[in-house]
Amino acid sequence: MEATPDTTIRPLPAKKIAASRLSRWRWFKDAGARTMLGATAVIICLLIVVITAALTARSWPILSAYPLAELLTGQVWQPMRGLFGFAPFIAGSVAVTLVAMAFAVVPAVFSGMYLAEYTSSRTRSALKPLIDLLVGIPSVVYGLWGVLFIVPLVRDHIGPLSDRTLGQFFPFFARTNPSGYGLLAAGFVLAVMVFPLIVAVTEEVLRSIPREMRETLLALGATRWETTRCIMRRAALSGTLAAIVLGFSRAFGETLAVMMLIGNTPRIPSSLFDAAYSLPALIANNYGEIMSVPLYESALMGAALLLLIVVLGFNVMARLVIMRLTKRS
Amino acid sequence: MKRKKLRRAEDLFFTWVMRACLMTAAVVLGLILFVIFWRGIGALSWEMVSQPPSGGFYLSQGGGGVFHAIVGSLYLAAGATLLASLIAVPVVLYIHVYSPNGRLANNLRLALDIMWGIPSIVYGAFGFALMIYLGMRASLLAGIITLALVVLPILARTFDEVVSMAPRHLHETTFSLGSTRLEFLGVLLRQTVPGLLTAVLLAFGRGIGDAASVLFTAGFTNNMPEGLLRPVASLPLAVFFQLGTPFPEVQARAYASALILTVIILTISILAQLSISRLGRHVIR
Repeated sequence: MEATPDTTIRPLPAKKIAASRLSRWRWFKDAGARTMLGATAVIICLLIVVITAALTARSWPILSAYPLAELLTGQVWQPMRGLFGFAPFIAGSVAVTLVAMAFAVVPAVFSGMYLAEYTSSRTRSALKPLIDLLVGIPSVVYGLWGVLFIVPLVRDHIGPLSDRTLGQFFPFFARTNPSGYGLLAAGFVLAVMVFPLIVAVTEEVLRSIPREMRETLLALGATRWETTRCIMRRAALSGTLAAIVLGFSRAFGETLAVMMLIGNTPRIPSSLFDAAYSLPALIANNYGEIMSVPLYESALMGAALLLLIVVLGFNVMARLVIMRLTKRS
Repeated sequence: MKRKKLRRAEDLFFTWVMRACLMTAAVVLGLILFVIFWRGIGALSWEMVSQPPSGGFYLSQGGGGVFHAIVGSLYLAAGATLLASLIAVPVVLYIHVYSPNGRLANNLRLALDIMWGIPSIVYGAFGFALMIYLGMRASLLAGIITLALVVLPILARTFDEVVSMAPRHLHETTFSLGSTRLEFLGVLLRQTVPGLLTAVLLAFGRGIGDAASVLFTAGFTNNMPEGLLRPVASLPLAVFFQLGTPFPEVQARAYASALILTVIILTISILAQLSISRLGRHVIR
């Protein structure tokens, strides 16, 4: 195969620029900037490693004091008595995230498909502020909205209704907690919070699919929906899954809104209406008292480390998939 | 014939399903804004906006407002955005000028995307660990540094998108005039200033709204911000703490504070939108 000629545009070679004294100074500045900025870029790349290392170092006392399995599966959280069981918090986080995903995934993927495949650029720029505003609203405002609107709704209407109907047959829908604070309220608000992220990533992935594919399908007589469906199945499936994974990890780490709505009761939830406790809420709620109890700070740092590892794992997978997809175009 | 009708019906059905999904999102957004405005406007007063809390603010009999938290939040977000842009802007320009599509550029983008996904509570915990290591107390400075980590990826990636839309001939023209890469970096910066403003506004808005990262690092206080090394109040945390009290009067203040926060965020979003449409007029395309 013939090597493609190098068409990259470059400035003059340094030697030529460095002919005069003034030019030497220019060359020197250029080289200096290159080194310094390159170093900064590398440092930013290493920041994730630094954060992981710092959290590991801070949580080392508890990791070395208890076996990992005991920490992860322990059911009792009583730092005063030296009991650090993370299981209720992990279960709470996973449960509330799953509830959120159950609400968010289908509408978000459909919306992303609509934005990418069905809109003209004008309609799209009219719809864009909707997504931008949903992203921009602070977590605490979402939480307050949940407290003022969703919690009363769950308490007075959805809870009793579900208990009368589905709750009779499935304990999962039984109204175990009359306050309204719990998985359902927190999960719904969380769903609204991750919705714009999934929409944006799905749209980005679909937009990176080559135009010819659509043209081919439409030319073969497929309807618009058939075209979209085929593109989803054949080309964008992995990217959409990555979008969902990103949404999952965003929901998993969300702190304030969940903390305001989930009820903060450390036990493994068994019903949609149960109060639970999430990992980020555990860290945020207890930071004030960590100095008084041995190993408490270390345990909370361990919770942060656990959170980071889960989120990093999901993010790295999803981002690599998206990067491969979008680079191809 | 029948089959064709069926296919058309299916097409129509799914188009409307998608529209319904977006409409639901719009309705939910409307509901959020409506509830926040409706509940907040009742408790909002000039006193809330213009005064720091007086004694007994959290016990329902005290007066005052959340001016300290508004100022604190603005300081935190402004400091963090400034710090983040001082790091992000040169580095983003660097990867475009010195290594377009190089390995370092790809790695940096991947790292920033992953950093974007890290929850702010983890940054908060990291900031706290850093503070213990350095022997610092909760302060404005610690809050700014932690918040800068939160907004850095947002700012950098948004700015990165803007810079990659700069026209290619700019590149060619500048080098053909015999400039070095560093000089081209300056040209590229001037070309992308409007986009940079959008990225900065976006990061600023996110910085104001973020609470989990400043919870440990900036602390909370009832006084006006006093200096870089003193704790500082922030608006999201003011909402949170006021809501946590058992007194309805104080909770009403939380609604008003949330309204103030929402108005600030909305203003910033609108400014960001305007900066895209208005300032872009003078850019070479």
